[in-house]
Amino acid sequence: MISANLSAIFYLVSGVLFILALRGLSSPETSRQGNFFGILGMIIAVTVTFLSTGNFSTGFVYVLIFIIVGGSIGAFIAYRIPMTAMPELVAGFHSLVGLAAVFVAISAFLNPEAFNLGYPGNIKLGSLIEMSIGAAVGAITFSGSIIAFLKLQGIMSGSPITFKGQHPLNAVILISIIVLIYLLCSTQSSNLFWILLAVSFLIGFLLIIPIGGADMPVVISMLNSYSGWAAAGIGFTLENTALIITGALVGSSGAILSYIMCKGMNRSFFNVILGGFGATDEKSSTSSKEQRPVKSGNADDAAFLMKNASSVIIVPGYGMAVAQAQHALREMVDTLKKNDIKVSYAIHPVAGRMPGHMNVLLAEANVPYDEVFELEEINNDFANADVAFVIGANDVTNPVAKTDPQSPIYGMPVLDVEKCKSVLFVKRSLSPGYAGIDNDLFYKENTLMLFADAKKMTEDITKNL
Amino acid sequence: MEIDPLIFRLSIFILSIFVGYYVVWSVTPSLHTPLMSVTNAISSVIIVGAIIAGLSGNVNSVFNISSIFGFLAIALAAINIFGGFLVTQRMLAMYKKKKKDKK
Repeated sequence: MISANLSAIFYLVSGVLFILALRGLSSPETSRQGNFFGILGMIIAVTVTFLSTGNFSTGFVYVLIFIIVGGSIGAFIAYRIPMTAMPELVAGFHSLVGLAAVFVAISAFLNPEAFNLGYPGNIKLGSLIEMSIGAAVGAITFSGSIIAFLKLQGIMSGSPITFKGQHPLNAVILISIIVLIYLLCSTQSSNLFWILLAVSFLIGFLLIIPIGGADMPVVISMLNSYSGWAAAGIGFTLENTALIITGALVGSSGAILSYIMCKGMNRSFFNVILGGFGATDEKSSTSSKEQRPVKSGNADDAAFLMKNASSVIIVPGYGMAVAQAQHALREMVDTLKKNDIKVSYAIHPVAGRMPGHMNVLLAEANVPYDEVFELEEINNDFANADVAFVIGANDVTNPVAKTDPQSPIYGMPVLDVEKCKSVLFVKRSLSPGYAGIDNDLFYKENTLMLFADAKKMTEDITKNL
Repeated sequence: MEIDPLIFRLSIFILSIFVGYYVVWSVTPSLHTPLMSVTNAISSVIIVGAIIAGLSGNVNSVFNISSIFGFLAIALAAINIFGGFLVTQRMLAMYKKKKKDKK
């Protein structure tokens, strides 16, 4: 058994190690070391908790069993999950953090003596407030992440689900959560605690259903942030520094990522949260429905164009992940490089279904990370490149965002693909992208559409090179 | 007059938000996915609360309604800790620089 002061210092150490874990991610070289710091911080926190309870009886054995069971499941998932499924995995993990927070809060509510928080029916006011906030945010994180997971997994339709009176209903529920917390704290009634949890689960569900598939990068980041705030709430209840520090770190991390994603789409956070994007824009798209000519080609044409180029920029998007085309793409690039063609990759902030999704997929296919560039780094290079190869991206290349103030995506930062001498656009059909608008790029003089599955087309081009 | 310990915790919390803000802005965008999976793993430090809850039973009965929730939370958090750190490790191992000989 170690003293409360000593364990508090160790919790502080593990909090600092968590900060270093995030700090490590500032560059790929230091990132692995950062992850090690994170693991070390976790080991310290868990060990200190065991030592400070000083309870190594039967209960301890059960704790170990549950850690081993959970740990094996986690390790199994971590090794088996394909990289294309990272968004689902992260959403699923968020839901577990949320649910764990709810369970800890329930446990503390039922047995406050174990946590030195008072007695059932007479819990310290401050602790009760912290506990109920932690539980409510945890519950919202849980049900919201479940919906996000189902949408990403394709079990639930990615299109926004909206109904009349949705926003007023959500507002009423949010207000009722605050009222419930107030009543709970003044009456200490356990019934109110359960109602609070139920209502929080409900609002988490209602908040995410109106948000469409391509807004998932924002949703995942937002839920990441929530899971942090839930952890911090529980940290205040347990008076645990490691949890408070971590909760704050994760909370601000998720908030920053949401901000970056919103900026990448030129939309305000509230606009995304209120949802229903895509469903409302049909009017603007129908006006320009007249048939326009497109040039389409086959793998042979594409191979010819690329063989005669001296520099090629690849623009990957979510479609590449769906078609699992990253490895085929890398093989194509290898062949190009053998012919002394300069190849680089351009990644839009919201390409894919979560922040940095494309970078991971390219890394998986052994693309060196110093060939992969962000929007600001590479956008000026398009004018000097010979060929842009757009694979699975759409709205993020639409020049309309720069030219047409009427367009719903006007002002969104886009890749200047059209400035390339020629554009190869791999796509299955001419259907508009997620935003529901036509991509002007399809009809440009220098664009050659390649109608095929991304993976198959890339393989065919490689054969023809 | 004595200061409520809550104020100290609140100070830690607020300052950590600022630390998080500056640290996360310096994370390179290409590592945003590992950032999410690692934040996931570290937020599962909530397991310390779950362990306290799980050990709250007495010698005669390890399981009571409160400790059962604790044990469930331990399992959930453990999935996240192991899954989160390992998948981050797996991703980070894939980030490679261009080989020198290829130039």
